[in-house]
Amino acid sequence: MSTRFVLKDHVNESRLVNDRLIFAAIFAGILFAVLMARLAILQVIEHEHFDVLSNKNRVDIEPLPPQRGLIYDRNGVVLAENIPTFSLELIPEKVVMLDNTLSELAVLFSLSIEDVAKIEKTIKQQYRFRHVVIRHRLTEQEVAVFSANRHRFPGVDVVGRLIRHYPHGALFAHTVGYVGRINEKDQSLIDEKNYKGTLQIGKTGVEKYYEDLLHGQVGYQQVETNVQGRVVRELNNEASVSGQALFLNLDIQLQRVAAEALGEYNGAIVAMDPKTGGVLAMVSKPDFDPNLFVGGISRKDYSVLRDSIDRPLFDRTLRGHYPPGSTLKPFVALAGLELGVVKKNTKTYCPGWYTLPGKDHRYRCWKSHGHGRVDLKQSLAQSCDVYYYDLANVLGIDRLHQFLDLFSFGRRSGVDVPSESRGLSPSSEWKRSARNQVWYPGETLISGIGQGFNQTTPVQLAYATSMLAMRGINTLPQVARGSRPDAGSELNLTPVKRGDSLPIVSNDNWQVVVDSMIEVTSGQRGTAKSVGKGLPFKVAGKTGTAQVFGIKQDEKYDAETLAKKLHDHAIFIAFAPAENPEFVVVVVAENGGSGSKTAAPMARKMIDQYFGEIVDE
Amino acid sequence: MNKQILTDRANPERWSLIRTLRVIHLDALLLFGLLSLLGVGLMILFSAGNQEVALLSRQLIRMGMAFFGLVVLANIHPDRMRDVAYWVYGAGLILLIAVLLVGEEGKGAQRWLNLGVVRFQPSELMKIAVPLLLAAYVAERPLPPILPRLFICFLMVAIPALLIAKQPDLGTALLIASSGLIVIFLSGISWAVIISFILAAASALPVLWYVMHDYQRQRVLTFLNPESDPLGSGYHIIQSKIAIGSGGLFGRGWLEGTQSQLAFLPERSTDFIFSVIAEEFGLMGVGLLLLLYLAIAGRGLYIAGQAQSSFARLLAGSISLTFLVYVFVNVGMVTGLLPVVGVPLPLVSYGGTSMVTLLAGFGILMSIHTHRRMMTS
Repeated sequence: MSTRFVLKDHVNESRLVNDRLIFAAIFAGILFAVLMARLAILQVIEHEHFDVLSNKNRVDIEPLPPQRGLIYDRNGVVLAENIPTFSLELIPEKVVMLDNTLSELAVLFSLSIEDVAKIEKTIKQQYRFRHVVIRHRLTEQEVAVFSANRHRFPGVDVVGRLIRHYPHGALFAHTVGYVGRINEKDQSLIDEKNYKGTLQIGKTGVEKYYEDLLHGQVGYQQVETNVQGRVVRELNNEASVSGQALFLNLDIQLQRVAAEALGEYNGAIVAMDPKTGGVLAMVSKPDFDPNLFVGGISRKDYSVLRDSIDRPLFDRTLRGHYPPGSTLKPFVALAGLELGVVKKNTKTYCPGWYTLPGKDHRYRCWKSHGHGRVDLKQSLAQSCDVYYYDLANVLGIDRLHQFLDLFSFGRRSGVDVPSESRGLSPSSEWKRSARNQVWYPGETLISGIGQGFNQTTPVQLAYATSMLAMRGINTLPQVARGSRPDAGSELNLTPVKRGDSLPIVSNDNWQVVVDSMIEVTSGQRGTAKSVGKGLPFKVAGKTGTAQVFGIKQDEKYDAETLAKKLHDHAIFIAFAPAENPEFVVVVVAENGGSGSKTAAPMARKMIDQYFGEIVDE
Repeated sequence: MNKQILTDRANPERWSLIRTLRVIHLDALLLFGLLSLLGVGLMILFSAGNQEVALLSRQLIRMGMAFFGLVVLANIHPDRMRDVAYWVYGAGLILLIAVLLVGEEGKGAQRWLNLGVVRFQPSELMKIAVPLLLAAYVAERPLPPILPRLFICFLMVAIPALLIAKQPDLGTALLIASSGLIVIFLSGISWAVIISFILAAASALPVLWYVMHDYQRQRVLTFLNPESDPLGSGYHIIQSKIAIGSGGLFGRGWLEGTQSQLAFLPERSTDFIFSVIAEEFGLMGVGLLLLLYLAIAGRGLYIAGQAQSSFARLLAGSISLTFLVYVFVNVGMVTGLLPVVGVPLPLVSYGGTSMVTLLAGFGILMSIHTHRRMMTS
């Protein structure tokens, strides 16, 4: 071996290597000191900075949506409740591969392409980091299926939620309304912070009008999450404040009777307490099941409702425009009395028709062979059209309009349900500005019997009737009776809202009109004499038959041959007891034919129900 | 203190334990240091691995096997090792070439050779073979080596390092190159050669950039600015720094580190296990850990200093210093001082192969120390 021949200086060699070892050891020491310095910078000097980052990593603030307030009728019967369900939800920002996740979930839960498209649309519209519901109301089996596959879907979870439920289904569909998914339009109106975690918002009816009160205050939960965004444990929380319970003036029994009374007719019934303005019943037919809307209505269900010729989604009590017909006559009569155009005993001869001076167009009375000589009382009791043609002609449209304006015709009643229509009480001014046409005297005549341009909603008519019943005391109709912040506290009654009392000078004038309306329900020749029969008190009422379809000169209205859609609307207004009114009812039965035959008996059923209850108590 | 224990004849029991260990060629101090480190490692692994006992027992089995290797090597005379140095190196080289041709891929790199029964990583063999060969080659002639031999030394280092870098496994290539270069440095070559070598290496950096893989370049870029890609390649280092920094002076406590326990920290039981220690035990904890590493390496350097041949001196020195390079690169990497090159924290990170070679190295150290001819006693 070659090594043998080389002289090795062991002492020198070991000194050489040992020097280098010492050098290397010192160098390593320096490097380790550098590491320690680096660690000290990170862990001492920048500690706070990284501590914040670490907390941000793991601590997530989850909103705790408040429990929506329940809605009760006046007897404490639940009209809208919250029932626990499980829903499958995702937070788009926490999902790694959104497209894959959605398509895999679609397979797992057999979602249709449209469902997926809808979810994708929602994801685009939503604010960041908000839950998007993939599927409402999971069955237990579906929950189990997802739980087994949960690891595959970071950012997706089964969430236990309370979902709105309307136990009486269609009965309160329009007035109580329903909640639905918060859409883009809602988002611009709500306080984003308070609605974090809330998925649904009042869309129609009381649910919409009292949204702020029902919704409550959002709470927060600080939770520790892992890298997939799953909650590991709760750190602390601030409880949400539940929405207030809302008590309505509506009475479920009356509501039921109203719905049954209308039967197969499309139409509306509104009943209220004229003293408090409390709306006791508010029914629009046909109706629909509001529960369909809660979880997001399917396209198919929605198109059935939307495209139905009977328009079930349309709230006739608030938006249905009906000519008031003869039910306007008590108000016209009062105008005549108050403005001194007629007196209690002023008589007019009714030959069955009326002509304007110098014209030969005949304005017909509903009774073709005429009522003969009628005074004011009989003109209302028998609903003589000629009397009111004459009266309106003398009053003139603008004085009539001014007077009807006091009763809120052509204006919103201000009831606490959204999207009320204004109706229309015509004037020459209105015709000029809206239609750019002059007012014809003939139009004044038919306005006098509540036809022509006149349009009123059932709620408006009920409001006007209640002012009439209360002899000018103006109490606004109100659906909400009060609210209660929590189960333990007292009911917070909604104050009765009063408008300006009507400036009617003579108390006698009220009495004349009321007496005449009593005659309608109890007089020998009253058009609704069935209504007042067998009651311990007097009922003041007025029938109305509103023309849907204009009948040409010399043509007779033949109900048999007309298509049902063209039949007259049957209307009836009433209050009782006439001298101390507690109950006002307005019935509109679309295409019901005649007010006295169709609408008046429905009103009687309502009166029986209301006073039957009172007697029972 | 070390000397006290060694010479504490007043305590016969301790003395007999050390003597017993000596009989099977184990060094008590080194053994004590290594066992402490392995114990700490298991404790941290329990925390980093989501308290999984299965993970822990697998690691324990590896430790047992690696310790067996240590004891075997400790009982082989250093001269026998020197005799087989060329053979071991040659075999390692052939295996490295084989791995490039027929190796199996794992994590996007060809590092494994399937020998039917076991999967084997030839680069690990080179971690021992390179310093062994260089120490043997350099010690054949008087120190320091003359230039032509120095050139051959560089070739002996460069060939395996480049082959491993090609797999690609930059971390291991770096460790193997430094273990060889350390031998050359210890052999006493003149400072002029060292400085010119450093200058040459610095000027070669742009060339290195050119031949690097995309992912390696990305790592360097990420290292220079981790925030540029917080969800991609910068994620590791950002989360690691958060874990370390949030640990503070005393840490969040064992099993209490949120970065680690909630899985924000990636690779937390392997390359980034140091961040778990830093988060849960704070600056105090990592300071003590680094001291333990220094103590083990210090004992190794002492053994090198006490060695009776240049071969043993160079080999022991290289093994001890490379151990420190390991620690430095890993800690530098997780603290953001160095780019992420995939070097585990020695004897603590989860994983078998590096454990076996590291303990084999310490086995060689013990062999060197316990096979000395007792001239003084």
